[in-house]
Amino acid sequence: MTTGEATKTRSGALIQSIRSSTWGSRIAVALIAVLLVLLLVQAVREPGQFLSQLVIGITNGAIIALIALGYTLVYGIIELINFAHGDNFMIGSFVGLTVLAGTFFGLGLFSPITDDSGALLKILGVIIAMVVAMVACGLLGVGIERVAYKPLRNSPRLAVLITAIGMSFILQNLGLVWKGPAQVPFPELISGSNILPGDSVVFRWKDLFVILVTIPLLIALSYFISNTKQGKAMRAVAQDKEAAAMVGINVNRTISITFLLGGILAGASGVMYGLFNGITVFNVGFQQGLYAFTAAVLGGIGNLTGAVVGGFLIGIIGSMADQYIGVRWTAIVIFAVLIMVLVFRPTGLLGDRSAVQGGGE
Amino acid sequence: MVLLRKYGLPALLIVAAFVFPIVDNALETDLMFPMIIVAMYILLALGLNIVVGFAGLLDLGFVAFYALGAYVVGWFASTQFRQVSFSLGSTAASITGGQPQGIHLSFWILLILAGAFAALCGVIIGAPTLRLRGDYLAIVTLGFGEIIPRFFQNGDNLGGFNLTNGTIGIKAIDSPGLQFLPDTFDAWQRFGTLYLHPWYYTILVVVLITIYVNVRLRDSKLGRAWISVREDETAAAAMGINPVTTKLWAYALGAVFGGLAGAFYAAFIKNIFPDAFSFNISILVLCMVILGGMGNIYGVILGAVILQGLNFYLLPQINIWVHAVGNAVGSPALSQADIPKYNYLLFGVLLVLMMLLRPEGLIPNRQRAEELHGGEGGDTGDALGGVARG
Repeated sequence: MTTGEATKTRSGALIQSIRSSTWGSRIAVALIAVLLVLLLVQAVREPGQFLSQLVIGITNGAIIALIALGYTLVYGIIELINFAHGDNFMIGSFVGLTVLAGTFFGLGLFSPITDDSGALLKILGVIIAMVVAMVACGLLGVGIERVAYKPLRNSPRLAVLITAIGMSFILQNLGLVWKGPAQVPFPELISGSNILPGDSVVFRWKDLFVILVTIPLLIALSYFISNTKQGKAMRAVAQDKEAAAMVGINVNRTISITFLLGGILAGASGVMYGLFNGITVFNVGFQQGLYAFTAAVLGGIGNLTGAVVGGFLIGIIGSMADQYIGVRWTAIVIFAVLIMVLVFRPTGLLGDRSAVQGGGE
Repeated sequence: MVLLRKYGLPALLIVAAFVFPIVDNALETDLMFPMIIVAMYILLALGLNIVVGFAGLLDLGFVAFYALGAYVVGWFASTQFRQVSFSLGSTAASITGGQPQGIHLSFWILLILAGAFAALCGVIIGAPTLRLRGDYLAIVTLGFGEIIPRFFQNGDNLGGFNLTNGTIGIKAIDSPGLQFLPDTFDAWQRFGTLYLHPWYYTILVVVLITIYVNVRLRDSKLGRAWISVREDETAAAAMGINPVTTKLWAYALGAVFGGLAGAFYAAFIKNIFPDAFSFNISILVLCMVILGGMGNIYGVILGAVILQGLNFYLLPQINIWVHAVGNAVGSPALSQADIPKYNYLLFGVLLVLMMLLRPEGLIPNRQRAEELHGGEGGDTGDALGGVARG
């Protein structure tokens, strides 16, 4: 996905780059090194706790990475920060919850699937909930694009951003109307018991579930982008809309498909978030969306690998901050990461925010 | 005659604003409290207008300055810092006589202090971030707008020191007062919670000063520099304008008015807590600026009046109607619906519709309208900073 220039770290080049670095970046590197050493000390002192926390971080990171991919896909193709994407994620979790409850606008379709249901029913319920949420969120993403963003395609960039914020508020309030202001519980369909023997390291079935769902989705997305004709069209549109249109690519359809993909991932992520954390709430999309956006920026917005790497990093940073700094400081830590990255390295860790695939502006 | 045309309407509005309490008293409409809140939001919207309207920087974290201003008053006009006991020109008095606990400064000093502190924070936040492109800057300001209230929320135990009293917030903030007045004006010596005229006239004067400053800024060298940076940063830089300093001025001056509004809010409401400074406020103020017309001072004032009017009157009214309909139809969902709770849904719809249908606002700034509708007549670039999207 990246051009690979940033990964050349031969010793000579390394010394060269240290010599030419500014004091700001040296301080930043030193600070990160100090933090890593502090973490390592904790890891050595209580390895069980550290590893358990790492597992939680990776699981949360997988959920964040899936949302971050939606941000980065859309940014790569139309350079819009799709502010409503986090709320699409929230809608995804609500759709999943509704499917599991078996009710649809007052119609009882089947009896609710709860923690007492049989194993087969639980598996079936999870699969159906995820598929329905993915479809619903994908279509919602496409719908939002059609209604709110497409008419503004030639407007100033910030006009579209303001529209996106407006859409975010609309979705959030629809969630408020739908499920009310309180946190809504998710049925505990996936066991929270430890897979590993002993109590030292906690690796739950829930964690395994999230990872097992995320990896195929990532592989499928990667295959779609790099191997299919439509994926190729997406990359072409990301590089140059006009040239893509000239060679016969339907730009509008390609953009719609990008929103569809982002929505599908957000829907999957939303249901997993609900199943993993056991709750969801109407404004969960705001914070998770900002975390995911931070992840996308950290990895290099527009860069798909970057979004995944950034997602896992943010997940791990968050869980480490939960453990070693305090839960109530986590959000501040992550927003601070966002600001630091944007100020000091706006291209992100893996660089290249130009497109879904590396290319010209 | 020319003079009348130029100053007629503003003068009329100012006179109307000054006689409003008398009319309100006579008609018993009980509009003082909403008007004070509206005036406060006008102050906020005018501050944000400098950043968004004049300089074209989208600021999604304006609530941070509002919160900072409020907490300055909270810190220095309450018993928050019980360890010390210091009073200066304050209306606060101890029950036992003697010096009251905590720091108590005069509200008028604090008003200036809050503005200055907000400006300082604006510069500190702005200096490293204003180099960023439009939408990135928006997200960074959003980040700061989230961090600052959360910091206040967590600030009850900073290494054992209670700076902000956490989620409970700071309570019993002193009232402003003009103690030098003779005893016949006792309501003005210490502003009470029942007699709102002193509050109204205070905020009115602050708003009028702000409008004057805004008008003068708009027509100043700095104001023209803002507009040129907004329209084309590269060209502005080529003409000898330093874009970063220019933007920094916009950010700092916008922050001043946010801080003033926050200071007034803290003294008026008397209890401040972090939840009062949510992202929603940033968006509400942004809605006011966009609805009224970015960059147009009258438009922004109109936007603030309309949106707060909506909050105070239209939504409760719609609520009553919906309940009546619900009762008539016999639907409990409708008769018990809490419509004002969903006001942000309306603001969301408003943002989308304004951007789709009339991005220049109700009373557009002429230049701004041309920028927002441009695009056919040559590549004018991004009106809000950055290049046009291809």
